[in-house]
Amino acid sequence: MEAIAFYTFAILTTVMFLITVLTNHALYALSALAAGMIFISAFFFLLGADFLGAIQIIVYTGAVMALYAFGMMFFDTTRTVVESRTSPQLVFGLTGVAALTVVAIFVAPIISENIVALYPAVDGAGNSQMVGMVLFTKYLIPFEVAAIMLLVAMIAGIVLAGKKMDHSLTLMKDEVECKNIEKEQA
Amino acid sequence: MEIAYFIETVIKIVVILLVFSALAGFGTYFERKILAFMSRRLGPMNVGPYGVLQIAADGIKLFTKEDIVPTNAVGPIFKIAPVITAATAFMAAAAIPFLPQFTIFGYTVHPIVADVNIGILYILGVMAVGFYGPLLGSLASSNKFALLSAARAAAVFISYEVVTGLSLLAPLMMVGSFSLIDFNNYQAGGISDWIIWSQPVAFLLFWIAAFAETGRTPFHLVANDHEIIDGFGTEYSGMRWGLFFIGEYANMFFISFVIVLLFLGGFGDGSVLGALGFLLKMSFFFFFFLWVRAAWPDIRPDQLMWLCWKVLMPIAVINVVITGFVMMF
Repeated sequence: MEAIAFYTFAILTTVMFLITVLTNHALYALSALAAGMIFISAFFFLLGADFLGAIQIIVYTGAVMALYAFGMMFFDTTRTVVESRTSPQLVFGLTGVAALTVVAIFVAPIISENIVALYPAVDGAGNSQMVGMVLFTKYLIPFEVAAIMLLVAMIAGIVLAGKKMDHSLTLMKDEVECKNIEKEQA
Repeated sequence: MEIAYFIETVIKIVVILLVFSALAGFGTYFERKILAFMSRRLGPMNVGPYGVLQIAADGIKLFTKEDIVPTNAVGPIFKIAPVITAATAFMAAAAIPFLPQFTIFGYTVHPIVADVNIGILYILGVMAVGFYGPLLGSLASSNKFALLSAARAAAVFISYEVVTGLSLLAPLMMVGSFSLIDFNNYQAGGISDWIIWSQPVAFLLFWIAAFAETGRTPFHLVANDHEIIDGFGTEYSGMRWGLFFIGEYANMFFISFVIVLLFLGGFGDGSVLGALGFLLKMSFFFFFFLWVRAAWPDIRPDQLMWLCWKVLMPIAVINVVITGFVMMF
């Protein structure tokens, strides 16, 4: 049962990400990316990590949704995008090497059987409790650093995007808007 | 045992699918009737007594209508979009306990398909995936109004997900579990134990966000009839459009169940009275969706964003902080 589910989702995920990479069509690429990311959550569920599976779904639906927003702005999503490739051989070689390196990095510890659970499962603790325990003891500092980075990114975003944040379009009276436009024209 | 469990699960899934597909149909009838009564009309009256068979007439119409895929549309995506809406709505239902457990012919039935220990996270996650239906449908149909609808869908989704999550955080901290059954047991002591009394702000925020999640009237921007025709539904016809509709109404029912389970005691101690009360409370929230549609105008997209980021989100964060302090001391 587990094997069937694993291979089904493995094939589905691989096919989805292949579509993402190979297609010239922005809408296909984005949809396949979203589907692949959601199918990955199945592996977490299969391994009994329900919490991480649900988080995978929630995080990536939101993240890919933001990509759609960009896709909408930059492309006509119903047409294929014509790319200008200067040197397809170089691109192929570089991506191939990069992919192989990543595979080697992940496979090396498995081959040498060096993987040990540093924090064995606590008896009686639920799935989400266990994530919490590791996150707020061993990984507290990375967790907080990530939070600070997000805060910095948020403030930077507000500063960059919010040049007229003190004028609320909702509360702005029509007369004020007209006056502003007149001033700009004058 | 394995086989019995398997059969039981399949039966539960089929029952939920049938009941809620039918209820979605009845939902349209209720909506038309209630909207009519609120504006002193009669609503559907011609087909069957008091127009009850209007659902059957609509169903026949939707099933037999020609199914058009526009020439310039992106075929595969256009076809799969309504399926996503309907399928995710029903997938979310897997973690909702619809009734307290009961015994029939000496066999104890748990009316929940899968009591996963991350229930509420799973439900919200899968309901969020449901937003891909309108988004993909509108991007694929190569229609200007649909494209506007897609932009609005993305904006509403990205902002209101934040409010839903943050408003839920405070009650989650109190209960200490993601399972809806645990939520129910936490409030099993009676009306005074309901989370709504200790978390009224979270309740209101979640309720408001539920309107955005289901795309109902004050936040009905994705398919706002008087501005952008039917938004994502403009190019759809026949049963594909019907699937969007089933998904929307099923979502309304499921989110009503979730609100009651989270804040209003769910089915209480599990007695027959509790179960009846559960269904009554759920019906009130469903009715409220329709009531709001009759009573309120739609708000503009910029007002929606303003409300989310400048009002609801700060309140939600303050609520979480206060809850944390109260729990600590």
